[in-house]
Order: sequence, then structure tokens, then C-alpha cells
Amino acid sequence: MITIVDYQMGNLRSVQKAVQRVGGEAKISSDPHEIATADRLILPGVGAFGDAMAEINRRDLATPIRDFCQTRRPFLGICLGLQLLFEEGFEHGTHRGLGILSGDVVRFELPEHLKVPHMGWNTVKKQSDCELLEDIGDSSHFYFVHSFYVRPSDPSVVALTCDYGGDFCAMIAQGNLFATQFHPEKSQSNGLQLLRRFTQLASHSGAPTA
Amino acid sequence: MLAARVIPCLDVHGGRVVKGTNFVNLRDAGDPVEVASRYEAEGADELVFLDITASHEERDIILDVVRRTADCVFMPLTVGGGVRTIEDVRDLLNAGCDKVSINSAACKDPDFVRRAADRFGSQCIVVNIDPKRVTKDGKEFWEVHINGGRKPTGLEAVAWAKEVQSLGAGEIVLTSMDADGTRDGYDLPVTAAVSEAVSIPVVASGGAGHPQHLADAIIKGKASAALAASIFHFGQFTIEETKQIMRDAGIPVRI
Repeated sequence: MITIVDYQMGNLRSVQKAVQRVGGEAKISSDPHEIATADRLILPGVGAFGDAMAEINRRDLATPIRDFCQTRRPFLGICLGLQLLFEEGFEHGTHRGLGILSGDVVRFELPEHLKVPHMGWNTVKKQSDCELLEDIGDSSHFYFVHSFYVRPSDPSVVALTCDYGGDFCAMIAQGNLFATQFHPEKSQSNGLQLLRRFTQLASHSGAPTA
Repeated sequence: MLAARVIPCLDVHGGRVVKGTNFVNLRDAGDPVEVASRYEAEGADELVFLDITASHEERDIILDVVRRTADCVFMPLTVGGGVRTIEDVRDLLNAGCDKVSINSAACKDPDFVRRAADRFGSQCIVVNIDPKRVTKDGKEFWEVHINGGRKPTGLEAVAWAKEVQSLGAGEIVLTSMDADGTRDGYDLPVTAAVSEAVSIPVVASGGAGHPQHLADAIIKGKASAALAASIFHFGQFTIEETKQIMRDAGIPVRI
């Protein structure tokens, strides 16, 4: 069972339906205990970084999400759910993120002909092998919609990059911790394939601490 | 490389896809979910539903259509038509819509765009702009119209585009009232002027009759995406054929 974190930021239903399409089971929850003890967790999200952290903190979800990530059970962040893993975001002021990975989240500064948000289907380049990308070739298209991108301090966590006025991090992978800047649930067959892999990952943890 | 998007637009009335010419002679063209699935299989990059019912009593019908479509179509879905309140936006997003497109309500109350973008994020707030070429004081003026092109607003299209960007819109769909329905191609000068004036993506709309028109919208109109209805609905060209013609013109597309 996959637990999708509900903190009132974005379209959870699409994520749930996409997981179900690839044979997984998914429930939506905002309960701190359920989140801390989930088998696998998806942190989706669209919207602004500061608002998202405020919602997470208001629901006391930061600690359960951090605790979950410590256990090495499969975790997938999507879009804002990638950005929130980092220490600091600069959308409408400076905001503390979950700080699970070191690095920050900055706005695209691009020449005039490149539009922001970066919106649409773009190709990715593999930087490292990871289990979720086994069936996905270089130059596959995924659907992006974002104005900010992450800058991990540790380049070894970068699984995919994407070129938009320069390469940026499109996906991170570190053990069972994965997160994508694109939306797999909106990326047709490539996205569904990635989600299918996520549902099939072995969970390396022992029994979660209740 | 970021692909230029090809976006089929479906008119939805009473829970069914309808086809017609200028909102007359509407014919039933099937179940929205089936049509959406077909376009997804053909390689559409996004999908737009235009709710042409526009009566408030029937809002629940479009929500049901969105829910059923979002359950089985895994690409971005935009809904426009009759979006007037924050609750309308919220209900559509909760039903599974990715972007909501605001038209008349933005002209009547520009602050609505700001409130919607603040609340839900710019990435899901699209503003439709429908300009029409008129002559004012002996000069051509691209005047924004509402109510399907029937009502002039006094707003100039390029200036209005800049304003909706500053209010927080994440994308603009630009439908030329002069070109719409002609199938002679998009209004390229207006499209280029608006695209160059804003830093958010602009979707060209209105007038597509041939895949070359979509290529022109990207190259000459500087648009990020091209929206079309009739060339796809009437089976004249598939989305795949359209994208091949665009690729031959040197445009990056997702095939």
C-alpha cells in the first residue's frame, strides 16, 4: 500500500489513479502516524514552497516525513515534493524546507526567449542508474511544470538532468529515496512505467516503529 | 529539448463532446472520456475541455466529465468555460483538472486572477484572451472581447496579456476572433506580439486548418503550443501527422 501525503497542495487524485493504473494500491492521508508508518510514501505537490511548508507544519507532518525517509522504505517526491526535501527555498522569500537533502531551490534565470514556468514535455538525460529508470531510455519525454529547480549539494544524488537554458536536476535517487521534478502521473507511458517500478521496489526496512 | 505542444480542444455540452461551426449545428461527437483516450493514444500533449454549457446548474456535469477523464487519461487536462469563482477553480482542480482557464471573469474582475494564482499557484491558472481587430481613431486596435467575441472590453490585447502575467497567470491562451473558424491559419502578428511581450507561455488558438498552421504558430507566432479543434475532430489530420509536419519544419515535438 502506498500512502499519498495530503497537505492540501495539489492534485492527489491523479497520482492515486496513476498508481492504481499500474497495479498499485494507494490511499490518501494527512494522519502523522499513518505517514510515519506507511509501507511506501508519495509526497506530491504543486504550488508555492512557503505555503507548502506552512501546511506541512500546521499538520505536524514534517517529523513523520523525515522519520519515514530515515527508514529506507521507498519514498517518491513529485514536483514540489522534490523541492521540499531540500534545506532552503527562495519562492516569495526564504523558507526552510524539510532538510532531508542538502542544497537549495532557486528560480530559473533565463534569457528572454525561454518562458517561465518551464511548461511542457522535455527530454531527460541519465546521470546514474537507478531502479525506477530501468526501462526508460535517455531522451525520454516527461511533463514538467515549474518555475524553480533544485541544486543538490551532493551531485551524486542526481539521477536525471534536463536541459532548459542549461542542465538542471530533473530527478534525485539516493537508496530508496526518489523524487522527480516532472510529473510521472501526467507523463503517459514513461511516467506510468516509473510509477510501476516504484510499486515493485523491495522495501528494505524492518517493521516501522509505531 | 522542450517540445512544442499540440493541444486538441474539445467542446463539451451536456456531458458530451459536440462539434459544430461557430456554436451552431452542434453534432454529438462522443463521450469525452473516449475521445480524450483516443487523442492520448495519438500523442496529444495536453487536452483542453471547453465547457460550452455555461449555465451554472450544469456545472456538476463537467466535474463528472473531468473526474472520469482524469481517472484514465494521464496527461495534463485544462478546463475552461464559465469559471467565475475561487470555488469553481477549486472544484475543477479537485476533480482532477491540472489547469483552469479563466476568460470573461478575468476581464470583469482582474483581481480574481491574482486571488486564484495566490491560492492555487500560477502553474494552474490560465487566462484566455480573445482579441479582435477593430479600428479606433483611424488606427488598428487589438481589442479583447468576451462572451464568445460578442462583447468588447476596451482592453488592448498586448497590454492585457502583460497585466494578467503580472497578476499571476501561468499561461495565456490567445484566440483570435478574426481567425477563429476560418481554418486559414492563426493570426500570426497578434500571436507574435503577445508572445514577445510576456515571459509566460502563450498557446496559439483559433484558425488552424492545416498542420502547417500549427508550425507557423510556433515559428512565426513564437507560441509555445498550438491548440486546434476541427482539423483533428473531423479526421482530416491525426495528431501524429500534424507533429510529423511540424518536425519537418524544424520544430522539436514529442513523437
